[in-house]
Amino acid sequence: MTPKRKQKLFVILGLLSLTAIAVGLTLYALRANINLFFSPVQIAQGDAPMERQIRAGGMVKEGSVSRDPESLDVEFVVTDYVDDLEVYYSGILPDLFREGQGVVVVGELQADGRLYADKVLARHDENYMPPEVAQALEEAGYSPADFQAKAAEVGKRLEQEGSPEGSDY
Amino acid sequence: MWAFINKLRSPKWFYAISAKLQPLFWVAATLLLLVGTVWGLAFAPADYQQGNSFRIIYVHVPAAFLAQSIFVSMAVSGLVFMVWKIKVADMVATVMAPLGAAMTFVALFSGAVWGVPTWGTWWMWDARLTSMLILLFLYLGVIALRGAFSSRDSGSRAASVLAMVGVINIPIIKYSVDWWYTLHQPATFTITGRAAMTMDMWAPLLIMVLGFYSFFIALTLMRTRSEILRREANKRWVRELAEETN
Repeated sequence: MTPKRKQKLFVILGLLSLTAIAVGLTLYALRANINLFFSPVQIAQGDAPMERQIRAGGMVKEGSVSRDPESLDVEFVVTDYVDDLEVYYSGILPDLFREGQGVVVVGELQADGRLYADKVLARHDENYMPPEVAQALEEAGYSPADFQAKAAEVGKRLEQEGSPEGSDY
Repeated sequence: MWAFINKLRSPKWFYAISAKLQPLFWVAATLLLLVGTVWGLAFAPADYQQGNSFRIIYVHVPAAFLAQSIFVSMAVSGLVFMVWKIKVADMVATVMAPLGAAMTFVALFSGAVWGVPTWGTWWMWDARLTSMLILLFLYLGVIALRGAFSSRDSGSRAASVLAMVGVINIPIIKYSVDWWYTLHQPATFTITGRAAMTMDMWAPLLIMVLGFYSFFIALTLMRTRSEILRREANKRWVRELAEETN
């Protein structure tokens, strides 16, 4: 490799690392905004603003869905297996909505800690399987382990950072 | 290694070797895509939750893989062109860009079609979807930048730099689902075959991925050959070649 080429290679690699650092820092600064939704842990910690439209996500807690037989009103609990969030919704639910399924709800958090949703989106996990396999797994006590692990990680991080109430600002 | 790079310097050598490789990849692409499509669409079992709409994965995932791989290949070609001044590398990068843009569009479009029944929305500004949209714009930017200069060399250099800088978006796309909460689920398909999918669903997907890659290689070889002829039209070996075929 001629010295000139070597120099050029270093200039390019230097340019690339600088850009990578710049992008990395930007993403790090924006990390709270890039997350599509708040997890119930974060909402319980007081991270989410009140009475402003937010998105919250988690799993629909088993046995928590109760429908009003007279209308489209439905109540359910969204959980990340660390904290729970009560959700009220009136409207048509997506086909994939069911207990134990991931959802993202769009709505306003009320002072009583409940979320009044305008929209409910189903969140599919990465597990694809034929119906027979799903049934076998369910009988064996299937749990959405991935989501649980991530929520626990966020919970731990928030604990380390301390809750906003306890901080100086 | 250096001998190989020196051989790559010669468009004539590339033209000769690609003539031999090209048919192999066309045959592989045809067979794999045919088998994968029939197996995936007709014989693979339906998903327990999504039913048949999950079959979009057989187009969506290979297209998304290619969209990212092509961008990385374009950036590597750009680096080789900038540092070693190898013209063939620039020609390869030129012909790859439109296919990459097309694959990005296919991935975004098939994802939107799948999103309507599954999520209840066709678009959401989550990290995975947004970074993929940025990839599409980067592709269009590379194509536009190449054509925006009156001298080909300046256009090539500008496009190479954009491709190299833009490659930073690729790890962001790949890890967006792990770093942040997104509506898009984490990866189902990995080459190592983690058990997020049963074998009878995974095997046709693997075949489709290999088929898409073969198609990409075959098409790139074919288009690079025409690009070589176009750019080297005044060289003696090309004129001799033209006389031979006449």
